[in-house]
Amino acid sequence: MTATDKKTRGIEPSMAKKSPSTARRERAAGRRHPLATVALLAVGLLGTGGAYALFTTSATAETSTAAQAVVEDGAKLFAANCATCHGMNLQGTTQAPSLIGVGAASVDFQVGTGRMPLAATGPQAEEKPPQFTEEQTLALAAFVASKGPGPGLPNEEYLNADGDAAVGAELFRINCAMCHNVAGAGGALTEGKFAPPLGGVDSKHVYEAMVTGPQNMPVFNDNNISPEDKANIITYLKVLEETPSVGGFGLGDLGPVSEGLFIWIFGLGAIVGITIWLTAKSN
Amino acid sequence: MTTTQAQPPSTSLEPTKGARLTGWAANYIDERTSISGLVKELGRKIFPDHWSFMLGEVALYSFIVILLSGTFLTFFFQASMVPVIYEGAYVPLKGIEMSAAMASTLDISFDIRGGLLMRQVHHWAALLFVASIGLHMLRVYFTGAFRKPREINWIIGFLLFVLAMLEGFTGYSLPDDLLSGNGLRIIDGMVKGVPIAGTWISYLIFGGEFPGTDIVGRLYTVHILLAPAILVAALGVHMLLLVINKHTQFAGPGRTNDNVVGVPIMPVFAAKAGGFFFIIFGVIVLIAATFQINPIWVYGPYDPSPVSAGTQPDWYIGFADGALRLVPPGWELEILGFTLSLNILVPLLILPVFLGIVAFYPFIEAWITGDKREHHMADRPRNAPVRTAIGAAGVTFYAVLWAAASSDLIATHFKLSIEWVTHGIQALLIVGPVIAYIVAKRVCVGLQKKDREIALHGFESGRIVRLPGGEYIEVHEQLDDYERWKLVSFTDYKPLMIRPDSKGRISILQRVRAVASNWFFEDRIAPVTRTEIEQQHGGHH
Ligand code: HEC
Ligand code: HEC
Ligand code: HEM
Repeated sequence: MTATDKKTRGIEPSMAKKSPSTARRERAAGRRHPLATVALLAVGLLGTGGAYALFTTSATAETSTAAQAVVEDGAKLFAANCATCHGMNLQGTTQAPSLIGVGAASVDFQVGTGRMPLAATGPQAEEKPPQFTEEQTLALAAFVASKGPGPGLPNEEYLNADGDAAVGAELFRINCAMCHNVAGAGGALTEGKFAPPLGGVDSKHVYEAMVTGPQNMPVFNDNNISPEDKANIITYLKVLEETPSVGGFGLGDLGPVSEGLFIWIFGLGAIVGITIWLTAKSN
Repeated sequence: MTTTQAQPPSTSLEPTKGARLTGWAANYIDERTSISGLVKELGRKIFPDHWSFMLGEVALYSFIVILLSGTFLTFFFQASMVPVIYEGAYVPLKGIEMSAAMASTLDISFDIRGGLLMRQVHHWAALLFVASIGLHMLRVYFTGAFRKPREINWIIGFLLFVLAMLEGFTGYSLPDDLLSGNGLRIIDGMVKGVPIAGTWISYLIFGGEFPGTDIVGRLYTVHILLAPAILVAALGVHMLLLVINKHTQFAGPGRTNDNVVGVPIMPVFAAKAGGFFFIIFGVIVLIAATFQINPIWVYGPYDPSPVSAGTQPDWYIGFADGALRLVPPGWELEILGFTLSLNILVPLLILPVFLGIVAFYPFIEAWITGDKREHHMADRPRNAPVRTAIGAAGVTFYAVLWAAASSDLIATHFKLSIEWVTHGIQALLIVGPVIAYIVAKRVCVGLQKKDREIALHGFESGRIVRLPGGEYIEVHEQLDDYERWKLVSFTDYKPLMIRPDSKGRISILQRVRAVASNWFFEDRIAPVTRTEIEQQHGGHH
């Protein structure tokens, strides 16, 4: 995905074309939201102002003084670590996309999983040990969110992995398995890109990945998959992670390929060894 | 048992009660069936003792394990696609609608005591079954054991191999989980790629639009009735021909084209074989008890919409899947409004051609060499360089197709781009067999030369001796006759001479045959003759 694709993220077509009823549903969900103001503004702005507004929002974010301090911390961190690529005003450069309107969720995901700041150029930004503390990450997120509304941080109640795993499993098979494999073992995409394995990923980051669609992953907004269903998916992933593989060692969850290699190398290998031993004895 | 003194003397004088009973029973049965002739004949059958001769047995015993575990599974499996709501023990699928086949397989896995172990035994044994057949075939091929009079048994063996793949594929599709459904979808796609009749054939197979509601029941009939019946019958003929033709053997002192040296089946071999069966059984159960296979609960029930990344068939179907993956995009033609899906038809043609060559290889080679003699000695692969090279090329071709089936996993695991992996494998499919052919042939000829050297001059002992004249020489140690026998006793062949037929003409077919025969034999090292050895040794002493 190129930088220009990314610039349009803030006005995700599906969000821009929201019907009144879905907007209402979103507002209902937003009431419990820590960044409810931001979410509300997102709806309002997208409905009325459109793309033009996105570039003039710096003054509209209404924040308390404490929050203001956090945002300022974030601004400093951003200027020091991110601006070279993303630009001082988040406008983007030739090296990196604009961050206006990507939302707090995107920053928290990208920085929290160590993808950002980007280290090496490769087919896609890869996970690495995060470089910032939780606090710094949130500050960065708040700063970026203050520059333009986008998906906010997920509500805690969806992250407890106490939903319906069966429903989650079904949604996962329909929406995610084609890239991430049914067992969440990951899979190849084109041009060296890949969907990573999902074992051990923080619930928060799973949620954020769904709402922001990092790189080649599609965005699953609340119309596609409701927050409750996202919680169900998270529940399923956690169940998958916590249930030991029932039938013994899982051989990397790679399915028939690892099973085939195993039977040739270890199964038949052991048996050929035995035959050699048996016939050697009789000689 | 060598300690004869340990036995009380009375036992050898009068039979015990037990011995009398078995004696009576044997007599009873023999008087009514005359079976003793057969037993005697079987009992005198000789078994050579090279390890590679036991691979067929591995296949046989894993098949027996499959029969036992499969029979257990039939008690609980429901071959029906009626939708049911799963209410079993596995929580992440509770309340989900699925077919009765899937639900019953989940019940076997979670609610029936020993069920999961039996499923895993069945599936691992299936993988081992086909793998050991494959290795067994390679042994037969590379030792030339398929030559007259064993060509028919090669064909039957090939049939067993194909039936095993059929069994495996139908079994894999029975649980109606996501992977098996994806596999069937590919078959459906391939069938529909057949020009004109494709769609109708697909409707016929699936009883309507894919996936329909009939396919699992139909596959079940094939899996547990039709294919096993043919398999068992073919296996019987295979064993019978084996008894009639006897085993081939590697060269050695006292071993000729007219005898078989080894242990008679009764009683030593029978005891060993019985033990070996339990070893195979044990290895399979050990694997099944420690390693998970086909966790259908993770895959979920089949539903035509989701497709999982990393969807692969069992290994023995991999080569077909790989062939499909390697076809470059855009291979489709439009002729008179019909789309000709070359992307499906080409693999659909290449695979039968490849399998056909495998099946008929004995006849092809016999035609090229014009060799009508009977062969009971196993060739060492190096002594038939071209055959070995063809085999190496064939194995490479198969292996590359097989690797292509896991192109996506190769890409993710070695951090390569899938396009490059695919292009690389495409190139390898064409270049690989050629390289394998050249390398294998070179290696064979090289080894033959070395054998000839050693047979004639002995091997370098590393002992340096100073002669009275001050000259240093390295002492060459001579082989003993036993070892030398293995090196020199193989039959040499010469290319066919083309001869005009009765009307004095040389047909094109004859010319092709002569060219082929020349190619088959051009690079060969003639075996060392007795006179050569005697001359050499005369000179040395
Ligand atoms: C070396 C250059 C570089 C640096 C430094 C860098 N980024 Fe990025 N960033 C990128 C590129 C390139 C992408 C686009 C990745 C892609 O989509 O393939 C990206 C994408 C992102 C995104 C996702 C945008 C979206 O559309 O969802 C976020 C959020 C982000 N960066 C935040 C940060 C933050 C915060 C920092 C500082 C801690 C940072 N980046 C530092 C190059 C950089
Ligand atoms: C079109 C393919 C595609 C689909 C469909 C998809 N993803 Fe992804 N997903 C990706 C890619 C590519 C990445 C890697 C992005 C990156 O590295 O920045 C990813 C990353 C993720 C991550 C982050 C993993 C990590 O290690 O940090 C999570 C979590 C995730 N996806 C969850 C999901 C879930 C849940 C769904 C279904 C609702 C889904 N994805 C559907 C392609 C996909
Ligand atoms: C007469 C002999 C056989 C019987 C009665 C039998 C029976 C069964 C039954 C009832 C199932 C479905 C239950 C399940 O999936 O767990 C099954 C599955 C299967 N069978 Fe067989 N089978 C026989 C022979 C074979 C052979 C010869 C092979 C392979 C070469 C084979 C390979 C498989 C495979 C791969 C599965 C899927 C197992 C899984 O779910 O993981 N079967 N068989």
